[in-house]
Amino acid sequence: MTVKRLSLAAVYVVLLTYAAITLVPFLYMILGALKTKVDFGESLFFPSGEGLFGVAWDRLSLDNFKRLFLEFDISRAMINSIFIASVHAVGSTLLSAMAGFGLAKLRFPGRSLVLGLVLASLIIPGPLLLAPGFKLLYQMGLLDTYAGLLIPGLVPAFGIFLFRQAILRGVPTEMVEAARLDGAGDIRIFFEIALPLVRPMVGAFLLISFLGGWNNFVGPQIILQSPELHPLSVALNNLRGTYGVDYTLVLSGTVISIAPVMALFLLLQKEFISGLTSGAVKG
Amino acid sequence: MSTRTNRTRWNWSPLFFVGPFLLLFSVFVVWPLISSLILAFQQTYGPGTTIWVGFRNFSYLVSDVRFWTAVSNTAIFTLGSLFIQLPVSLGLALLLNHPKLVGRAWLRLIFFSPSLVGLPFVAILFSPIFEKRIGLLNVALHALTGGWWNPEFAWLQEYVMPALILAALWIYAGFNMIYFLAALQNVPKELTEAAEMDGCNAWGRFWHVTLPEIRPVAGFVTLLSVIASFQIFELSLLLLNNIGGESDRGLTIVMYLYQTGFITGDLGYASAVGWVLAMVLMAITLLHRKITKAFDED
Repeated sequence: MTVKRLSLAAVYVVLLTYAAITLVPFLYMILGALKTKVDFGESLFFPSGEGLFGVAWDRLSLDNFKRLFLEFDISRAMINSIFIASVHAVGSTLLSAMAGFGLAKLRFPGRSLVLGLVLASLIIPGPLLLAPGFKLLYQMGLLDTYAGLLIPGLVPAFGIFLFRQAILRGVPTEMVEAARLDGAGDIRIFFEIALPLVRPMVGAFLLISFLGGWNNFVGPQIILQSPELHPLSVALNNLRGTYGVDYTLVLSGTVISIAPVMALFLLLQKEFISGLTSGAVKG
Repeated sequence: MSTRTNRTRWNWSPLFFVGPFLLLFSVFVVWPLISSLILAFQQTYGPGTTIWVGFRNFSYLVSDVRFWTAVSNTAIFTLGSLFIQLPVSLGLALLLNHPKLVGRAWLRLIFFSPSLVGLPFVAILFSPIFEKRIGLLNVALHALTGGWWNPEFAWLQEYVMPALILAALWIYAGFNMIYFLAALQNVPKELTEAAEMDGCNAWGRFWHVTLPEIRPVAGFVTLLSVIASFQIFELSLLLLNNIGGESDRGLTIVMYLYQTGFITGDLGYASAVGWVLAMVLMAITLLHRKITKAFDED
């Protein structure tokens, strides 16, 4: 038994050490954002001084955040990020769920062909479409518009695949047939029966695609040229290009970029993780 | 349902559900694929002007020193994620799966949290961490090794690929762990208990019972992470502040594609690079399927 207890203790040591390693960069970022430029160069974490635990608490301040909002108008980029991520999340969740429902519960000619297309497009590497996609948006006159940024990603194959799996597993065909006999149309069946039954997947995919839209860098970097359209990812990178040496300012920018998605995740984490793994395990 | 009712009441609703996908897929995937195939045989100056060059993009690629630098950097990164990151993910999952562990949900949440941070933000956060002399990593290593580690170690100038492997470890180890953990929780307890009663030690139980049980998921995670590693781009681009690093030490395949396409303006050459990458990835996917099949027939 002692061997067993010892091994459990070792498990805790390893796990807690790795947890500390994981959390240290976050702590470094938050403290960096609160410090002055001088203190950032002189101390790794807390600035040393006269206060409690030998820390100069009074030299930690929100000045970097104030500068971001007042001097650099970061709120504009923040609103842009919220807009881009929300439209992407709602649009791609709805359209993926619709296509997933169609492929799981409706019978129509060419259904297996469409399913094949969905699976095939899962393995097309994104970078291959970068150059021709850019050229196409140029020809369509959609460069430097949110339409050009958002429309191409509205029906991700990955989402269709996940929703098809969820609907196959979670929506009994007898229920769909019964509703049809009662005279319900497919659209009503989708909104009133299928969607409520796969609610966890809807929540998970909303979050997955919100994160995807929020964290997207290459898309807006290539497509959006006007600075007033830039989301946080691009705006922050530009800020770093100009004020790269001022790490405290740039780190406060990463704090305000990371905090909202972290909060969202904490609210929805159970659904998120079950949604992530549902396609892979027991698929 | 008879054919007559089918003909009189043609049901349009499937088109309503699947139509948006088909439309966007044709316009933004199929058409760009065709056009990238054409572009790969052209030279362009921005999206406006094009010249037909035949196979010259590909023959130039073979002797392009920068392309091969990008290939070898990408290969190093991929090997790093295969042989460092995945074992760490699996190890964390195995430890988290310890039946007597308290606080599993919290630890899982902590390990997973870095993968929520977008790559542009990770890159900005890690550029001071990798700094010479004052950077967190060098200072910590210097202190932990009792002064043996040289704090002038130039992560972002000389050792870019090791830096990228470390950053990727921080981001993705907890993400892949989620998949391994889900698989481990599906391994029937009776199996490992029976093996334990038969006198199998921990290593034997892992090797003969657990690993075969989680093999499908492990194979899937390995394939996904190889494919993703081959496409590493944003992390390198942003960590090195939009340049390839000194002597292209951080240049990856997709970064090279991006530079030729969007900075030099030759979308044709960029497409040729893209197709070579796509071929390699398809070959890897096929190889993975073959290996999986061979295992299943065992």
